[in-house]
Amino acid sequence: MKSRTNVTAIVIHIVLWLGIVVVAIPFLWMILSSLKSLPEFYSFDFLPKKWDFSAYTYIFQQTQYLRWYGNSIIVGVIVTASELFFASLVGYTLAKFRFRGRGAIFVLILSTMMVPTELLVIPWYVMSAWLHWTNSFWGIMFPGMIEAFGVFLMRQFMLGIPDDLLDAARIDGMTEFNIFLRVALPQVKSSLSALGILTFLGNWNAYLWPVIIISTQGMRTLPVGISLFSTADNGGGLQWNLIMGMSTLAVIPIVLVYFIFQRQIVEGIALTGIK
Amino acid sequence: MSLQSRRATTAYIFLAVPLLFFLGIRIAPTIYAFLMSFFKNGGTGFTLQNYQQMFTSHTFWRSLLNTLLYVVITVPCQLAIGVGLALMIGRVKRLKGFYRMVYFLPYITSQVAISWVWRLMYDPSNGVINAFLGWMGIPAQSFLQSTNESLMSVSVVIIWQASGFAMLIFIAGLEAIPKMYFEAARIDGASPWQIFWRVTWPLLNPTLVFLTVTGVIGALQTFTQIENLTGSSGSQAGGPLHSTISMVVYTYNQGFSNFNLPFASAVTVVLFVLILLVTVVQLRILNRSFEY
Repeated sequence: MKSRTNVTAIVIHIVLWLGIVVVAIPFLWMILSSLKSLPEFYSFDFLPKKWDFSAYTYIFQQTQYLRWYGNSIIVGVIVTASELFFASLVGYTLAKFRFRGRGAIFVLILSTMMVPTELLVIPWYVMSAWLHWTNSFWGIMFPGMIEAFGVFLMRQFMLGIPDDLLDAARIDGMTEFNIFLRVALPQVKSSLSALGILTFLGNWNAYLWPVIIISTQGMRTLPVGISLFSTADNGGGLQWNLIMGMSTLAVIPIVLVYFIFQRQIVEGIALTGIK
Repeated sequence: MSLQSRRATTAYIFLAVPLLFFLGIRIAPTIYAFLMSFFKNGGTGFTLQNYQQMFTSHTFWRSLLNTLLYVVITVPCQLAIGVGLALMIGRVKRLKGFYRMVYFLPYITSQVAISWVWRLMYDPSNGVINAFLGWMGIPAQSFLQSTNESLMSVSVVIIWQASGFAMLIFIAGLEAIPKMYFEAARIDGASPWQIFWRVTWPLLNPTLVFLTVTGVIGALQTFTQIENLTGSSGSQAGGPLHSTISMVVYTYNQGFSNFNLPFASAVTVVLFVLILLVTVVQLRILNRSFEY
């Protein structure tokens, strides 16, 4: 029995390692390809004939790649901060206050979860054109400033905060807003960080809305920059070494951050998935 | 002012800005999208023309069919791979955290960047996949450039990227099942196979419902991968010959390349109805068939 268990375990390990190869090859291929010179893409070779870093110097010197990076960081940070603040404020209010219309407001907010972004992008675009929001940071960001999913999630966690804790703060004379900020929020730190990670990742990788609303090179976010650089900017053939260099620069920092914070990220996403 | 009404006032103040936002950014645009699907492009007045044109358009039906194909191909594969990985990782003692970390990695990386990497790997003449196939004695395939293989090729990229999410949620679901159920079944002499089908699988029902619903809704909205795997300068994505076009790609082409926003709205209304329908039906069926 014992040896059979060991055999099973070894077989499982082998299968899992084969799977890891499948996961790893695209990443490996991306990095290797970014170090080839363009003519090398006309024939097949696994390793670059000559390790060529010119794609990276070109990306940094001849394209607005760093600017796209900055744009993505600005959009990601502001949207995440806004979503965390408003989602927890609304979640807290719906969980801990009694007032007329509470149920109706909650249902109204939840109902917006059923509407896909695809249906909304066209009205948003019309609205942005009318209000001159196109091709601006606000134009990229406004749809994500607060979302029903975050409200729902934060309400679930806020329900778990004991009322006595809040009442004690009231007796101490704290203002209602301070009670929310200094008493309630610290109680739901872990769910805040989970929601924050999800929101930031979602914005970092967002493509459909940014590609619609952005019209100049300087305003592009990273995904839009890579996508349009590969197609629209270079009418002729695909400049594979540059595309792979840009992809590597976009993917590797995220992978490193993920390796450092993987416990929080993985557990945060599992937590929000189950709720 | 009583304590009760003072509290209520505070609540309304807290909710004021977010509610205005939900009304202005979510609810009003939803209504406007429905109205807009009845607008004439560039003209005034209401018309049914967008819907008539859509339902007689061959490309629309192709995009609808393809979208359903993406659903039936990618969702079961993601779930099967996800549950397989979760069970295997649950079974081993060493490297659990490492496996979980590596398999989840594709899910968090940029869909745009990943699509371009796969596009390079799929290259018929110099791609790494055909080199590998050749090494195993299988003739070269044309993948994204063939109408027969393109939809499958796009699906593989989606499955590669999304299976880690299913795995993660399945692992969490498995860990939530009390260990005593497995022990009781083992003491009763159940085989590992029986334990899986009679104990594990039924108890994973909530996880399965969650992953199926989110997976189907995600697959109905497939856009980024298709756009980046098949798009090129001067021609619309979804090719070759509309073989990979999804409803969202069709919407994008109609709305933002051909600038027919009312028509594009009509397509998104169909997508909305589809998502609503699928959610309701799925929740009903899945909940019923596993009740004890």
